[in-house]
Amino acid sequence: MPNGTAAAAHEEHHEHHHPRLQHHFEDLEQQHEAATLGMWLFLVTEVMFFGGLILAYSLYRIWYPQAWALGSEELNIYLGGFNTVVLIGSSLTMALAVRSAQTGAQRATVGWLLFTIVLGLTFLVVKFFEYKEKFELHHVPGPYFQFEGPQSPHVQIFFSLYFALTGVHALHMIIGVGLMSTITYMAYRKRFTPDWYTPVELGGLYWHFVDIVWIFLFPLLYLVDRSHHII
Amino acid sequence: MAGHISPKSTYITIFGALMACTILTVLAAFTNLGDLNFPVAIAIAVFKATLVVLFFMHVKYSSKLTKLIVGVAFFFLGILLTLTLTDYLSRGWFTAAGGSTSAGAITTLTGPLTTGNPPLEPGRAPQNTSPK
Repeated sequence: MPNGTAAAAHEEHHEHHHPRLQHHFEDLEQQHEAATLGMWLFLVTEVMFFGGLILAYSLYRIWYPQAWALGSEELNIYLGGFNTVVLIGSSLTMALAVRSAQTGAQRATVGWLLFTIVLGLTFLVVKFFEYKEKFELHHVPGPYFQFEGPQSPHVQIFFSLYFALTGVHALHMIIGVGLMSTITYMAYRKRFTPDWYTPVELGGLYWHFVDIVWIFLFPLLYLVDRSHHII
Repeated sequence: MAGHISPKSTYITIFGALMACTILTVLAAFTNLGDLNFPVAIAIAVFKATLVVLFFMHVKYSSKLTKLIVGVAFFFLGILLTLTLTDYLSRGWFTAAGGSTSAGAITTLTGPLTTGNPPLEPGRAPQNTSPK
């Protein structure tokens, strides 16, 4: 029975190493290193993805500075600023969640992760009300777009990029909340130990990346010409 | 395994620095710095992003290979931005004999909307040269 012996050997093998260690890695250290590296490679593609959009934004801003100034004035700086604080705060709670997982503080890990989810949802709720206002004011690009003045067509380009950038960012947030929910459940089920907490670490990398994107979007979208240099 | 464990105080300090930079970027935006407003906003955002990458994302304590990959990300982003902008920003600087500065040129940054490429009027699309 070759299968039986293989299974027996397999069982025996398992006794000698951490249950979370995959067989093709030397040790947990190497496995963690490979996982972190893979996550960063994914984030490289994300940098290029958002980078392309921000490049498009920059070119149009250079071409139509007045339209950018006018469009940006329409955005609510208080809501944008509030969301910036919320998101940076969620990065802090996320970092503390990873730290709790590292030190084996299971209850604290669950707590910080839940806090992170609440802050992420707060961001999305504020974003929802901002979008709602844009629909009511006919600032959504398309056949019903309305904007007073000769800059209207170019302001529409500003709002196209506003919705593209904040839209894909919000999508990343929604995915992030989903990831965090899964990881919170895993933490609640005591799946993590100081030896193995890779999902918390990688989820944290993703969450911080989404925070970084917003760190750029806030000044780029909300703070274009608040000193009225252009208009 | 346990990678580097930063003390809580580090995270709170970084959070404080990020908050301070957020206030700074708002104040800078409400100050008339002329053409410098855009570069200043980007510079503050880059600084904030660097703090997040180094401390929240633990790159300061990561392996050299991970640091290389992170560096590569921003290196390629730099290529994307600078090479594209050197093209677009320099259009219209030079005009060859008999050439024009039209495509994508920044004819002016402050004029009214009449600058730039006039949109094709629907009725005056490419003239049909063959007479009936």
